[in-house]
Amino acid sequence: MKKSLWGLAFMGLLFCGMLTGCGDSDQPMVYVYNWGDYIDEDVIDMFEEETGIKVRYEMYDTNEDMYVKVKAGGNAYDVLIPSDYMIEKMLKEDMLLELNYDNIPNASQTDPKFLNQPYDPDNKYSIPYMWCTLGIIYDANMVTDPVDTWEVLWNEKYAKEIIMLDSPRDTIGIALKALGYSMNSINPAELEAAKVKLQEQRPLVLAYLVDQSKEKMISGEAAMAITWSGDAITMMEQNENLRYSVPKQGSNYSIDAMVIPKTAQNKENAEAFINFMCRPDIALKNTEYIRYSTPNMGAFELLPDEIKNDGAGYPEDSVIEECEVYLDPGEAIALYDQVWTELFAD
Amino acid sequence: MVKRFFERIYLLIIFAFLYAPIIVLMAFSFNESKSRSMWTGFSLKWYEKVFQNSEIMSALYYTILIAILSAVIATIIGTISAIGIQSLGKWSKKAVLDINYLPVLNPDIVTGVSLMILFIFVNMRLGFLTLLLSHIVFNIPYVIISVLPKLRQLDKNVYEAALDLGATPAYAIRRVVLPQIMPGVITGLLLAFTLSLDDFVISFFTTGSGVTNLSITIYSMTRRGVSPEINAISTLMFAVVLVLLVVINGRMSQDKNVSHQDIK
Amino acid sequence: MKKKWLSYPYMIWMAIFIVVPMALVLYYAFTVRDGEAVRFSLANFQKFCQPVYLKVALRSIMLAFYCTIGCFLLGYPLAMILASKEYVQKRMLLLLLILPMWMNILLRTYAWMTLLEKNGLINTFLGNFGLGPYQFLYTDIAVVLGMIYNFLPFMVLPIYSVLVKMDHSLIEAAEDLGAGRLTVFRKVTFPLSIPGVMSGVVMVFMPAVSTFIISRLLGGGQFSLIGNLIEQQFLWVGDWHFGSALSIVMMILILISTAILNHYDKDHDNEGVGGLW
Repeated sequence: MKKSLWGLAFMGLLFCGMLTGCGDSDQPMVYVYNWGDYIDEDVIDMFEEETGIKVRYEMYDTNEDMYVKVKAGGNAYDVLIPSDYMIEKMLKEDMLLELNYDNIPNASQTDPKFLNQPYDPDNKYSIPYMWCTLGIIYDANMVTDPVDTWEVLWNEKYAKEIIMLDSPRDTIGIALKALGYSMNSINPAELEAAKVKLQEQRPLVLAYLVDQSKEKMISGEAAMAITWSGDAITMMEQNENLRYSVPKQGSNYSIDAMVIPKTAQNKENAEAFINFMCRPDIALKNTEYIRYSTPNMGAFELLPDEIKNDGAGYPEDSVIEECEVYLDPGEAIALYDQVWTELFAD
Repeated sequence: MVKRFFERIYLLIIFAFLYAPIIVLMAFSFNESKSRSMWTGFSLKWYEKVFQNSEIMSALYYTILIAILSAVIATIIGTISAIGIQSLGKWSKKAVLDINYLPVLNPDIVTGVSLMILFIFVNMRLGFLTLLLSHIVFNIPYVIISVLPKLRQLDKNVYEAALDLGATPAYAIRRVVLPQIMPGVITGLLLAFTLSLDDFVISFFTTGSGVTNLSITIYSMTRRGVSPEINAISTLMFAVVLVLLVVINGRMSQDKNVSHQDIK
Repeated sequence: MKKKWLSYPYMIWMAIFIVVPMALVLYYAFTVRDGEAVRFSLANFQKFCQPVYLKVALRSIMLAFYCTIGCFLLGYPLAMILASKEYVQKRMLLLLLILPMWMNILLRTYAWMTLLEKNGLINTFLGNFGLGPYQFLYTDIAVVLGMIYNFLPFMVLPIYSVLVKMDHSLIEAAEDLGAGRLTVFRKVTFPLSIPGVMSGVVMVFMPAVSTFIISRLLGGGQFSLIGNLIEQQFLWVGDWHFGSALSIVMMILILISTAILNHYDKDHDNEGVGGLW
């Protein structure tokens, strides 16, 4: 019996220790939840040093992972950086706080091209952080055909050399585009056609991956992969045979923007963080580190000319005009899930 | 003679199969470039870098902290409960054991998901506490499973004799019962520690608020490319475990009594 | 030793952390969201009975089955060799067998990519003999290989623990009666080791059928397994109801295989799982 009492006492001590360990509430904090590898980590140290606000930094790999964690309410994050369609979804579900622009003077640096998008019409809730296009990265030594349409992904010459994305929205979206439909289609007949199209392609596909495709393309394991422009630039730096192309039928272009969820506990610190991220020198550090394109005009001006004029990162406006921003499919997500499951059932 | 020869070849092939990936992993922790497939030269730079990587270091800290806390707590609760369970009636014992086995039998993904639903249902903030609780939840059954057989082998009369000789029940348990079931308790503790250290699926669903363990960090890295720093830290951990096991093994071989009971 | 009450706190613990979560999963599995309201329904299970999902379930079972067979064929001889060794050697080999499990499962599996890919080590090696390159990675074979690799010790240990406890006089008796080595194995050793084999089968089949990591890493997302489906429901679609129903299906699958184990393992009195260690 004495033993069990000791045990209980010991456990009690442990629990107390843990609770106090977690609750060091004196110091101002900000909880940031961002994509993996999506910030220059020096920026965090600089922010902590300048403001005295401690940053708790956590990472996710997909918008959906982030959404589940935030929706679950188990976490009190202060700053999130979701993509366009996810912001729309979170707004529909009343999960975001309106920003106080008085606390974010640097927001004026944002290029108006990226403001007032359908996902957040007046930018009351979000400030763009990075943007990119979706396209094909290919190895010029292996691919002899011109890569200017999505059809090249259905070319049997490249059987088992093609890497698609392990992401229902993007892969189904590409099939929709190849068929001439909108990437935001929620028409069951069009999605069915996309499924058939993808089933035709499946024997040619080496694998459906997300970020592993970077390594694969760099080491020449595959001829083509679907990727985002920011990652494409990173890959091209490491393998000079690689080229990036956005097919002329149009593609997705996406904006990742900073938002504050309703569950945030430190709204002002969050706004201070967002403001810091919008400062031109900081935005420059981030874009140079992660290679995605910055919507920050001040930072863009500071970029070296060869990057400014680089077609992969900063394409002509005509390319962007052909591209669509993803919208939240709402309930129709079930259709996408159905297509995806059927695609991989056989 | 021929049989011995084939036996050797067979063992060689099996262990080559088991160790090939591990050797590759360790070798590439000394690779100079970031590549996972091309060898470019020997370097120790990943071993230096890993200790400056705050993401990996914080994951390592939580992994070890959670493993130690959950293993110790689970062992204490599990051992006490096992003593209680052993003296339950036939049917209630069976019922308790059946429920106890659920986390063992359930696929990890079901355990993880169900715990996540529970925590969200009672409005608990996902983080350190929920992660620790989850690990204790799946560790206790293994401790009970390890301790119960030893309790069953225990000679009841020894405990009665201790009482007859004037020992208090608590004293009898501590000085008579506990030493005899110790091998089971230790097995349970080690098992719990290992399982906690290696768990990915349950942690994945039940953590949050900046608390991640190594498995989760590695999983998100497998999506964006594993850094050789992870190879370096894993190699170090593996080396520590190896040394510990060799030391324990050496001590057990000297102490025949313990070792015979331990190796079934 | 009347210490019943020592188990009462754990009973409460089990109620909170095992029974209630299970009840919540059941609740979700048997309900659907209808606008704001939630009502009882079997729709989730009907959905599972569509050919698409049945195919995925069947594929998971088949791959887990191949993995189990593979583990058995590789593991039984190993267990026999282990059981026949002297004490010190036995300890060494057991340690060597368990040691890889101390390396993180994700990393161990990930390392196979370096070995299997087109420019990987195995193909480089084969290339020296003018063979290949072969695309090993992202095939079913790679997935089954990864499963066998990760779960082999779960097969070897239970078989080994039965073999090592076996009464050697039985074998000697059979030999004295003129049975050849093969007959001894077929008529004595193997039948006696069946309980170990059965626990090994369940110990391997269970994690193999529910994994979603190995198929994701080595299968290249080419094929869904039931574990991937569950993950997808919770983390992408956000349909907890269907995800819970899939979890229940998987649980039933596991419970059936455990029931089969218990049938073969009567005299072990539920020690099957624990006996492993």
